[in-house]
Amino acid sequence: MSRTETGTHAPGSLAPTGKRPQGTLYRGREGMWSWVLHRITGIAIFFFLLVHILDTALVRVAPEAYNAVMSTYKNPIMGLGETALVGAIAFHAYNGIRIILIDFWTKGPKYQKVMFYVVIGLWVVTMAGFVPRHLINVFSEMGH
Amino acid sequence: MSTTIEAPRSPYSRAPRSRGVNWEKWGWMYMRASGLVLVVLIFGHLIVNLVLGDGIKAIDFAFVGGKWSNPFWQVWDCLMLWLAMIHGANGMRTLVNDYASHRTTRGILKGALLFSVIVLITLGTLVIFTFDPCPAGAPADLLASFCSAS
Ligand code: HEM
Ligand code: HEM
Repeated sequence: MSRTETGTHAPGSLAPTGKRPQGTLYRGREGMWSWVLHRITGIAIFFFLLVHILDTALVRVAPEAYNAVMSTYKNPIMGLGETALVGAIAFHAYNGIRIILIDFWTKGPKYQKVMFYVVIGLWVVTMAGFVPRHLINVFSEMGH
Repeated sequence: MSTTIEAPRSPYSRAPRSRGVNWEKWGWMYMRASGLVLVVLIFGHLIVNLVLGDGIKAIDFAFVGGKWSNPFWQVWDCLMLWLAMIHGANGMRTLVNDYASHRTTRGILKGALLFSVIVLITLGTLVIFTFDPCPAGAPADLLASFCSAS
């Protein structure tokens, strides 16, 4: 791949073109979208955790209080919410490992794009395993 | 008096820091180190609480009683609480720095973050270690089976 050749690379590749300087990992395409998703999932998990610590604290109030709040989580709507939460965690965790590899592994920046698709692949596999299992648990509760 | 203008594109430079801890660097390291540990802690938490057995259906006071009568899960949850809260709040601090353009707004938002982290870590830690799986007077059918054993 010749560095002087311009305009022959796909947009978003790390090679410089006439229009864009070299080495913009975070502009456009995979690099940018992984960053956007990492940010949004991080915020979502943070606010979940604030509520989660408060609802868990109800075990110090009374067994009845804790069970009452937990039973409101065991319906199909919350089941979908829990699925979304697990999806957010799985993406943030796998992409977090990708960020760490970009920072510490010498070949990381070169393979950042490949690693993004590995993250997506692992995420799909994780969700394919988790979602049916969880939704069966949630929807079989409805008969009770 | 003449002003010296540096040659364009000359490398950015400033006086080297002579003393003091580079907190931003350690914060950056913390995000990565805590992230790696959190992968194990959170995936373990989700597998035990959401996937194994009956999943979310099984979660009630007796379930928590069973877990927190074991020091292993107490330490697990305590570590997860501290690492995740500090990681999350430090990440939110980055967001405040990025999006809040006014100095006072940034101060208020970061103050609120610090306050909520301190309150929730204190609360969560107290809850884990003062928890009583068999509170006196509670109906036995809501408690773990080992409560009525003696
Ligand atoms: C599952 C394991 C996790 C891993 C591997 C992980 C990894 C990371 C990494 C590497 C960063 C980038 C830090 C930087 O750019 O300096 C980050 C940012 C962040 N994380 Fe996590 N994290 C995890 C869990 C969590 C949890 C549980 C929360 C919420 C409580 C969270 C919230 C955030 C936030 C808000 C950011 C800032 C996002 C940004 O600056 O765009 N993370 N995480
Ligand atoms: C829908 C998914 C989740 C369910 C059903 C769930 C359930 C529970 C339950 C039953 C407890 C009580 C103690 C125990 O069982 O270990 C607990 C505590 C805890 N969970 Fe989760 N959890 C979920 C997701 C998460 C996530 C994503 C995080 C991290 C970001 C997290 C962090 C914690 C922490 C820190 C505690 C201890 C709270 C305290 O000290 O009071 N949980 N969770």
